[in-house]
Amino acid sequence: MKLRSAIYPLASAALTAALLVFGTVPPTVAADTVDPVADAKAFKKFFTDKFPKLKLEDFVNGPYSMNEDLYRQWEEKEQFPPYEFSLEMGKEMFAKPFQNGKSYADCFPNKGIGIRQNYPYFDEKEGKVVTLELALNRCREANGEPPFSYVKDEMAALTAYMAFTSRGKPFDIKIPNDPRALEAYQSGKEYFYTRRGQLNFSCATCHVQSPGERIRAEVLAPALGILNAMPIYRSEWSGMGTTSRRFTTCNSQIRGVPLSPQDDEYRNVEYYLSYVSNGLPISGPGARP
Amino acid sequence: MASSIRVRATSSGDTTEVQALIQHPMDSGFVKDSKGEIVPPHFIQELTFEYDGKNVFVADWGGGISKDPYVKFSFKGGKKGDDLKISWVDNKGATDTTTAKIQ
Amino acid sequence: MRNILVASVLLIASATSVFAASSEADFKAAYAAAEAANREAGSLRNQWTVTAAALNAAKKAAETGDFDKAVAASNEAEALAKASIFQVKSEKTLWKDLEIR
Repeated sequence: MKLRSAIYPLASAALTAALLVFGTVPPTVAADTVDPVADAKAFKKFFTDKFPKLKLEDFVNGPYSMNEDLYRQWEEKEQFPPYEFSLEMGKEMFAKPFQNGKSYADCFPNKGIGIRQNYPYFDEKEGKVVTLELALNRCREANGEPPFSYVKDEMAALTAYMAFTSRGKPFDIKIPNDPRALEAYQSGKEYFYTRRGQLNFSCATCHVQSPGERIRAEVLAPALGILNAMPIYRSEWSGMGTTSRRFTTCNSQIRGVPLSPQDDEYRNVEYYLSYVSNGLPISGPGARP
Repeated sequence: MASSIRVRATSSGDTTEVQALIQHPMDSGFVKDSKGEIVPPHFIQELTFEYDGKNVFVADWGGGISKDPYVKFSFKGGKKGDDLKISWVDNKGATDTTTAKIQ
Repeated sequence: MRNILVASVLLIASATSVFAASSEADFKAAYAAAEAANREAGSLRNQWTVTAAALNAAKKAAETGDFDKAVAASNEAEALAKASIFQVKSEKTLWKDLEIR
């Protein structure tokens, strides 16, 4: 009963706020004025202004670039990183052929080596965003193999290896001159800033409004470069996790029912976040608290 | 099968610094699985680093140590090229051992 | 004095009706309403985990025959589901407030 009576004043307050916004905001801009180039520039400027002491490439280290003590501990651990086991497993798995004799190398450009920075990309034939994880499972299914779970274990190992072969290469996400691609980009951007879950958080609430600050005991990472270290060995998980794992667990943490991994919304937000981090180096696989 | 122990030992002056990463589930025996059943305890109980016939580091562990434990320590002595032997025993009686050369 | 007496009798009468026990039919109606709201939230792809938890609690209470508790939990689930619907609809425009420009 308490919760119910708490929601009504909250709801009416939000409604009032919405009405105020409507009253002051200029007429809505048409969809064809989506400008990813301007967005990316503003995105980078926002974070470099906020953290003037950091170089652009430092942002890929997330919380470690936000806190000196954490950074020192992480540097030490990187000599013997916890993702080593998964990375080795990924390398072996990648080299092993499927039952039909083909291998992952046959599905990807450049045999799958040094290409991670090009994902996600917009597939003009399908009209949708394709992420690395999705491409890997599609490769498996096209060759008669069962797909892996998107969130950990084998998928994490494979993407860890592929990320490792791209270490240092800058994100190079392309948005073709196709209205569907722009729409996917814009949907991803909208998802990123939309509040959800009972806790009413958006991705931006933590990663744009509060990077470097704490949520409970964790130091928050800035949104710029946040996918560059994926997949990650997260101490909180006592194991590896992929981008899919992070998106779904974050949703449930703010008390929103997660969508399925690789649903359109997740693919689009990965597209947006990767694009605005273009130019920042791939640092994966990574370790996080 | 690859060893569960990764180790790097570097000697400088009269001290040797050792880092080790061990692959082990380190189940405490207090965690339940998705069916609600206890995951049985499975953790390293003793970890030993041996140099020149003597133990330079011994750890008595319990379920409180995290999965894939990382250990770092220094000991007096140790020369480049010498052997450092690492071994562990867990509560199920399983063991693993490896030898590394001090760099 | 008589007015106060009449007023208090009426007050007690209405207060007592609140405490009248809920029936299984009451529960079924409340639960159906909550489920419908949560389904709508699902079609908008914005369900909350706490809504599902409240629905479960309602069902569990009904199974033990505690229909008062079951109805209360169903009502809470419906309120949560409706709030999640409100959230997704208002966020369609409010998201821009957070956008970096």
